Amino acid sequence: MRKAFISALREVAAADDRVFLLVGDLGYTVVEPFAQEFPDRFLNVGVAEQNLAGIAAGLASTGKVVFTYSIGNFPTLRCLEQIRNDICYHRAAVKIVAVGGGMAYGSLGMTHHATEDLAIMRALPGMEVIAPGDPTETSLATRAIAARPGPGYLRLGKAGEPVVHTKPPPFTVGKAITLSRGCDVTFVSTGGMLAPVVQAAEQLRRKGIGVGVISMPTVKPFDSDSIRAVAEQCELIITVEEHNVIGGLGSAVSEVLAAERGMGGGLKRLGIQDRFYDEIGSQEYLRAQAGLTAVQLAETAETCLAERRSPGARVEKPLRKRQESATREQA
Amino acid sequence: MASDTTAVVELARKIRVDVLRMTHKAGASHAGTSLSIADVLAVLYGSVLRIQVTEPEWPDRDRLVVSKGHSAAAVYAVLAQSGFYPRTWLDTFCQDGSRLAGHVTRGVPGVEASTGSLGHGLAIGCGMAIGAKRSRRRYRVFVLMSDGECDEGSTWEAALFAPHHKLDNLVAIVDYNKIQSLGSVKEVLDLEPLAEKWRAFGWSVQEIDGHDHEHLLEALGRVPLAKGRPSCIIAHTVKGKGVSFMEHQLAWHYKSPDAEQLREALQELEVPR
Repeated sequence: MRKAFISALREVAAADDRVFLLVGDLGYTVVEPFAQEFPDRFLNVGVAEQNLAGIAAGLASTGKVVFTYSIGNFPTLRCLEQIRNDICYHRAAVKIVAVGGGMAYGSLGMTHHATEDLAIMRALPGMEVIAPGDPTETSLATRAIAARPGPGYLRLGKAGEPVVHTKPPPFTVGKAITLSRGCDVTFVSTGGMLAPVVQAAEQLRRKGIGVGVISMPTVKPFDSDSIRAVAEQCELIITVEEHNVIGGLGSAVSEVLAAERGMGGGLKRLGIQDRFYDEIGSQEYLRAQAGLTAVQLAETAETCLAERRSPGARVEKPLRKRQESATREQA
Repeated sequence: MASDTTAVVELARKIRVDVLRMTHKAGASHAGTSLSIADVLAVLYGSVLRIQVTEPEWPDRDRLVVSKGHSAAAVYAVLAQSGFYPRTWLDTFCQDGSRLAGHVTRGVPGVEASTGSLGHGLAIGCGMAIGAKRSRRRYRVFVLMSDGECDEGSTWEAALFAPHHKLDNLVAIVDYNKIQSLGSVKEVLDLEPLAEKWRAFGWSVQEIDGHDHEHLLEALGRVPLAKGRPSCIIAHTVKGKGVSFMEHQLAWHYKSPDAEQLREALQELEVPR
């Protein structure tokens, strides 16, 4: 994936002279072509990730589109507060790229496993989070993320991942890529788990099980509509990610389904709705902005209940009933 | 005294008066640290910075990143005094629905970067400065830091970076008031020899009295101190400067002046009753 990334980035940089690449002293045999082609727009800041993130934010404030590149947790967790304050809060056009997502650096050990990054990056307001499923998606994602305003996180595997998409699929940030449909089970996968998921689906199909496969490169903003549609048509959704089951793709899917009535739902999540509070004031004042005062909580509960019980609301059906009307098909 | 000096002396006095009124009204902390940079801010805004108040986003403006974001009261005061927005805004400092938070926060005309967590500003400044170099723009970047944030490793990551890239358009100003959150710098984590540290990292360093307007004007007026190197101005200051009972007092990192203290303080600053 890293080769697909750098080759796409070179094309992007050739077309857009705002594009910079900053590395934290990593990227041997990967970043050199970029450095040679665009010496004025390449910078190795040294082994200093907090500086990497801060410099990227400052540089972006001068009108540049800045990619930062390192491996594993270094460009994310090591400088998390700089990402939160300096990049996300300033809505800076900084695109953080990590190579070695999941356990790609296997035997190098736990320090090199990026297995909480999706959850943590996803929790930052304004951050878009993309984990491409194969080299084809990597190339498309690199171009897409460069064209988006504001911060982004691109989580790559390492090298030698199999090409799953033999021709480029339609790719939009925030949209699922449906490889196949099936009404028994649908795998929803993010990142490099796509290839094993496709193989698993083939095994199950040989047993006559209806299997769907969805690649979900964008973990945020999340394609809730696709998940709802699959849930309507398919008995079981299995999320697959090389990442902690807390906070990543599985959580994103759960959050969609838990809010859906009739999918075991009936959950309303009150809190801070994925934003920073620009408003200034006391805790009580800010809670009121977020709908978190006692009066507001009671009001919201009543409204939710009324909506749930109103005659116009969608009729709740158990999952099994819905499947009967679902078509059995495989793309 | 040159007219420039007279003007900045008066601006510094006004900043102090505003800081005291703001922190009193808001019940806010950090009066002491705001007072220690009043003179530096007065010289920057009164004489040094190339800015246009009517066009805060002017691409070729000098940038000031206030890395010690807790001194927001002084920063908001000088921005208002410079004409970036009406002084009535200062009455809303830290109040519900205000635009002025207790730490320097973007969205306020003239503010370049939101700060409040220490050790972020110098790296942001490095990014702006290298952006200027690579785009062949002539603006300069000033980063106003606290002594306490020289404890942060990230400060020294940036301190290594700037000389390596010959960022002579970057000026770090350390407000060396010798008191940090829980005690004196000497007791908590001694920075000495501070000037030698910056020199060893490759900066061109000048130590000055951070309350001497003539010296501040001279030093900040001639940056870069050396061609091809970033400049570090170590401003020896007094926490709480200008109000006798606040000077050198750790407590004024936290306390907010009550009505009587405000009256006394304003008297010292020669505000007509």
